Amino acid sequence: MDSGVQFSLSGASLTYGRHSVLHDITLTIREGEKVALIGPSGAGKSSLLDLLWQQSPDNIALCPQESGLVDILSVYQNIYMGGLGRFSGVYNFLNLIRPWPARRAEVADIARALGVEDKLRTSPDKLSGGQRQRVALGRALYRQKSIFFGDEPVSSLDPEQGEQLLALILSRHQTAVVAIHNPALACQHFDRVIALKNGHVVGDWQTRNLDLAVLEAVYQNA
Amino acid sequence: MPDISTGLRLRRLSLWLTLVAVASLFVADIYLYQPDPWAEFSRIGWGIVTPYWHDGSELISSALHTISFALLGVAVSAVLGLVMAMWFHWRIIRVFAAVIRSVHEIFWGLLFMQIFGLSALTGLLAILIPFSGIFAKVFSDIFHQQPVSAVNSMGDASRFSRFVYGWIPQAWPAMSSYVRYRFECALRSSAILGFIGLPTLGFHLETAFRQGDYSEAAAVLWCFLLLIGSVRLWLKPRLVPVYLVAALFLLPDMPSVNASFIWQFFSQDLWPTPLLNGDVLGAAAWYWAVTTEEVMPALVQTIAITQAALVLSGVLALVWYPFASRWLVGRFWLFGRFKLLVLRSVPELMLAYLFMLLFGPSALPAILALGLHNGGLVAFLLANNSEAAQARQRRDTPTGFMRYFYQDLPERYPAFLALLFYRWEVIMRESAMMGVLGIATLGFYVDSAFEEIRFDKAFFLILVAAALNVLVDSLSRRLRRSAGLNTPQM
Repeated sequence: MDSGVQFSLSGASLTYGRHSVLHDITLTIREGEKVALIGPSGAGKSSLLDLLWQQSPDNIALCPQESGLVDILSVYQNIYMGGLGRFSGVYNFLNLIRPWPARRAEVADIARALGVEDKLRTSPDKLSGGQRQRVALGRALYRQKSIFFGDEPVSSLDPEQGEQLLALILSRHQTAVVAIHNPALACQHFDRVIALKNGHVVGDWQTRNLDLAVLEAVYQNA
Repeated sequence: MPDISTGLRLRRLSLWLTLVAVASLFVADIYLYQPDPWAEFSRIGWGIVTPYWHDGSELISSALHTISFALLGVAVSAVLGLVMAMWFHWRIIRVFAAVIRSVHEIFWGLLFMQIFGLSALTGLLAILIPFSGIFAKVFSDIFHQQPVSAVNSMGDASRFSRFVYGWIPQAWPAMSSYVRYRFECALRSSAILGFIGLPTLGFHLETAFRQGDYSEAAAVLWCFLLLIGSVRLWLKPRLVPVYLVAALFLLPDMPSVNASFIWQFFSQDLWPTPLLNGDVLGAAAWYWAVTTEEVMPALVQTIAITQAALVLSGVLALVWYPFASRWLVGRFWLFGRFKLLVLRSVPELMLAYLFMLLFGPSALPAILALGLHNGGLVAFLLANNSEAAQARQRRDTPTGFMRYFYQDLPERYPAFLALLFYRWEVIMRESAMMGVLGIATLGFYVDSAFEEIRFDKAFFLILVAAALNVLVDSLSRRLRRSAGLNTPQM
């Protein structure tokens, strides 16, 4: 395998029961690439992310669509959960009873960058949809991995804040694969855009000299 | 301080519950009467693995009696409960249902035994009266959970028609699954009625235990577990009418009923003489004496045992349920589930009797028995709940104990607390009843009063137990609501 290749699929298909979601996908993603997945809902973006994630689950900071926040733990604990793998079980357990000051400082830094620093003691069920999404991003950031996978990670935020946070996330990860609805965001912040439709890859472009109209066409007749 | 953290609120609530339970341990009469519980323990253990019964037909006939009482009791009470549920918007019906379900089957049994002796009627009434009250409440809850659209479309149909054509068909699946669950409960109730002398499995269990013949006791226990475990195999909806007819024939003898005797019992025997004579001061003195001498100490013990058992159930449930969940222990989850199934199948009274042989008649056997049974039951529901949530987990969920502490336990916790509060009333009912074993709760004084043929006192004590239950029920509902916990599905 080529040294720079981080993920590769050749002729991959995926079916759930009788339902076929991905057909004959062949693609490679190289280290350092920032890839946007676009396409109408039900095109197979989440399934493709899932398939790629399985190739290297331990090296990826994941931010799935269902945020997976634990509603009765504090925001601090929800973000800390991203780092569980770095510490011993006993350390994690004690952290649940009383947060370690050093970890608290780290998590507070992340919360500040995401604009939820005043919510660390709040539980996520008391937060708005946008704030919850920031916390989910916080957990991904605290994984401290070089690869980021996101599934509509800024969909509940207003466009301006969404763009700002997307830029932050991308700047903190070397490689990224993000399913996103907004073609303009895809074009502006990513190196490469892969378009999916009905489980097929219908386009794969470098964004450097890409016309936005080409991407918007993917959503026509969806 | 504004309410910003659900976790903090639930943690505070749990802490209070625990503090009360610890304080209760100092109040409850916990004392080891048995100098060497281990010798007895090994004898019981040996008995459990060497079940033996000298006369198979005796065991089978008491098993059939157990089933007959349960079947007929549930059939009649489901119908009565349904009728009450249809008119549950009337306050009088709600209060009536609350009162009859707050008195334990054993207490109803002791009461009717005075009139009808150890007969079929006593056993049937003991089950069907409290069960009617429970069915009324649960059916009404189930109706309230149904969508209203279908029934609204019936326009001005009568209340009865709206139920027959709308609510009942809509709620049928939930209702029939609840009736099935209640049948299991009825089997337990029917079995323990044997402890006060009715010819069900509990009778032989108690006799064998009392004679120290643990192999015979184990035979009854295994027989009972087999019965409970096999319900799903033989209780087919289509066969129920056949079973009901068979049950009628299998019942023990019906008593000859003397109407004037019954009238005298309810109008005279149950009330203190001064009250019947219109002597208000004398009646007050009578009630005061009973309250200070018996009610107060019994209440203290009953409440202390309940609070300690409640928290013990909770702790055991939280410790046990992950070991009955596939995500933690893999295929060993079946062992965990089996253990929980056994614990929730054995009636508290049987467990308590077992522990009493080990530790003597203190609060300890009651707390342990209530804790184990209810802990097993809650753990079983939590494990199911956890398995059902498996599909909704994100892919990178932590594994092992970190998953337990950071994800699964916090996610289950609100449901856990709701279940525990829901069991509170049940545990209170059971701990009051357990007095019939000689533990100093309300049941002990009820039982003694009946033995002394002081029906007025027994009846007053039963009323106190009922009032305590109604109180705990409403307190639990209020606490659940203020903690934002939903009523759990049982």
